[in-house]
Amino acid sequence: MATRRIWVWTDLSGGMPHRLSLELLVPARALGSAEAVLLRPASSDAVSALGEYGAAVVYHGDDAAYDEYIADPQATTLAALIESEQPDVILFPSTFAARDVQARLVGKLGVGVIANATGIEYDGDELRVTVPYGAETVASVTVEGGGPAIVQMRPKSFTADAVGGSAEVRPVSMPVDSSTCRVKVLENVEQSAEGPNLEEASIIVSGGRGIGKAENFALLEALAHQLGGAVGASRAVVDAGWIPYSHQVGQTGKTVKPDLYIACGISGAIQHIAGMGGSKRIIAINSDPEAPIFEHADLGIVGDAQVVVPKLTEALSKL
Amino acid sequence: MKVCVCVKHIPDPTMQMVVDPGTKRLIRDRGQSILDPSDEFSVETALKLVEEHGGETVAISMGPDGADDALRRAMAMGIDRATLIIDDALAGSDVVSTARALAAVLKNEQPDLVICATESTDAYTGMVPGTLAELLDLPLVSFARSVTVDGSSISAQQDTESGYRTVQAALPALLTVTASIAEPRYPSFKGMMQAKKKQLERIDVAALGLDASSVGEAGAREKVLAVEQVHQEKQVRTVVDDGSGDSVVEIVAFLKSIQVV
Ligand SMILES: Cc1cc2nc3c(=O)[nH]c(=O)nc-3n(C[C@H](O)[C@H](O)[C@H](O)COP(=O)(O)OP(=O)(O)OC[C@H]3O[C@@H](n4cnc5c(N)ncnc54)[C@H](O)[C@@H]3O)c2cc1C
Ligand SMILES: Nc1ncnc2c1ncn2[C@@H]1O[C@H](COP(=O)(O)O)[C@@H](O)[C@H]1O
Repeated sequence: MATRRIWVWTDLSGGMPHRLSLELLVPARALGSAEAVLLRPASSDAVSALGEYGAAVVYHGDDAAYDEYIADPQATTLAALIESEQPDVILFPSTFAARDVQARLVGKLGVGVIANATGIEYDGDELRVTVPYGAETVASVTVEGGGPAIVQMRPKSFTADAVGGSAEVRPVSMPVDSSTCRVKVLENVEQSAEGPNLEEASIIVSGGRGIGKAENFALLEALAHQLGGAVGASRAVVDAGWIPYSHQVGQTGKTVKPDLYIACGISGAIQHIAGMGGSKRIIAINSDPEAPIFEHADLGIVGDAQVVVPKLTEALSKL
Repeated sequence: MKVCVCVKHIPDPTMQMVVDPGTKRLIRDRGQSILDPSDEFSVETALKLVEEHGGETVAISMGPDGADDALRRAMAMGIDRATLIIDDALAGSDVVSTARALAAVLKNEQPDLVICATESTDAYTGMVPGTLAELLDLPLVSFARSVTVDGSSISAQQDTESGYRTVQAALPALLTVTASIAEPRYPSFKGMMQAKKKQLERIDVAALGLDASSVGEAGAREKVLAVEQVHQEKQVRTVVDDGSGDSVVEIVAFLKSIQVV
């Protein structure tokens, strides 16, 4: 049987391959030939990083239109590439840009798409993709009817691995059709969050409505600082404007899997658990002994987070 | 301008999802079903745009009996009329088959703008809007946190990983909105009374001119092979803090045991 060709659609972050794309080279290598597709102007460092993380081949298209216009030009080129190269699977990371390209591609090809996957394997000839539904149900899903399988993986389903290879670069020089240049980027604004990156932190101190008021986030920041961690938040407090959206953890925020997640005054709604349920250890501090968050905790403190958090910071500073 | 919003009737999101082991579909009739809270942001955006520029708003949903409620709710908020795509043949639809059904209605409506939520609360694939944009050959302006329409073009601030960017496209277009776009209004009593009298059209697969083999389970390319309940019984150690903050000793001991400190 021919080697399966597994493509990884590559997003960029700060000019380098996005961490979530690098993660996907791990299952790609396990399933067959790992081939990255990068349709953005990028440096040779960015391209060689893909080889370093396990891509055997990098398809690189560097037309400026891929940067200047959203999704359409990329999806159009990708569809044409798929037609000529016939990959078996295309893996997409769960980044904003990926979703637009992926969804348009699905419309073009009329194929099946699986989103929110956490695992992927072949059972003989049948692709089997693991998709969690909510906190307690896991489905095994496949796609039928020919064409490549298009799968979006959740963050941190795999750990990126710098295996130290180098990729064969195949330039993609197909011209961009101007009729696909429809959504123009006028301006890019960076709003960087302070402290360690939420998705990379090994410890997260997260706050919900139970911390009382915006000013009390300073208590969580102090604890996070003491532990060398990052600050997260529930959607309720993001919506209330206590802290920017970039801190939101959950279904519509970030997915995190730290070694330790400390949930302070967070009730534990399903949509919040969706973003942090995979944390290795969870401490919950909540005044309501019935709060659902306790079902997910390793250590539950029934108490006032506004009292416990500063005391904890103080105790740790004396160690 | 004419604005169409695609809305969904979903099971109460505060309840744990349960999948029927026989049909392997989400059980949708548990508890109360509601208009997807994410869709209220689309409805609000549509109403604001039409208040500013004049025109008409239409809500469209594909769903089973009962999905009328979601459409009535949208109309109680102020949407002018609604269409429900309802047909037994639509059960088991996946992303492409859902998008095909919605596209068929939208092709007849010819709106200037289609608004969807970035993702639904129950399925949360976030794939339907982009697929729909492709089927309708419309530009897709996604993840909008704010939007303005100016004559024949639309501009939006779009969320990105590290901030936002401003993007612009010509109308007609498809827009997806996030929860930061606007605070959804609450239907007034008058609005609820008026909604009962507004037009709600029910339309089936044949009337849309769709081939029954291209929609619903027949047209679906995604197949669920197995569903498993995984209940992870965690060993929770619970400590009650009496307000003194003494539980801190326990936390520190725990942090030591896992070598964080
Ligand atoms: C489509 C959709 C998407 C969503 N996406 C997300 C998401 O990405 N992330 C997210 O977090 N939510 C999300 N939500 C919202 C989610 O359903 C909850 O509403 C939200 O998580 C609740 O936030 P909270 O726990 O801070 O607030 P609440 O639910 O109000 O809980 C506050 C908790 O604090 C406790 N408390 C009160 N006082 C104290 C005190 N002094 N000390 C300690 N504890 C105290 C209370 O007992 C309570 O348990 C989403 C909802 C929908 C419908
Ligand atoms: N059955 C449906 N009826 C109407 N709109 C839908 C339907 N399914 C998805 N949508 C639209 O697509 C958005 C994203 O849904 P999803 O791709 O399922 O996460 C929803 O918020 C709706 O705007």
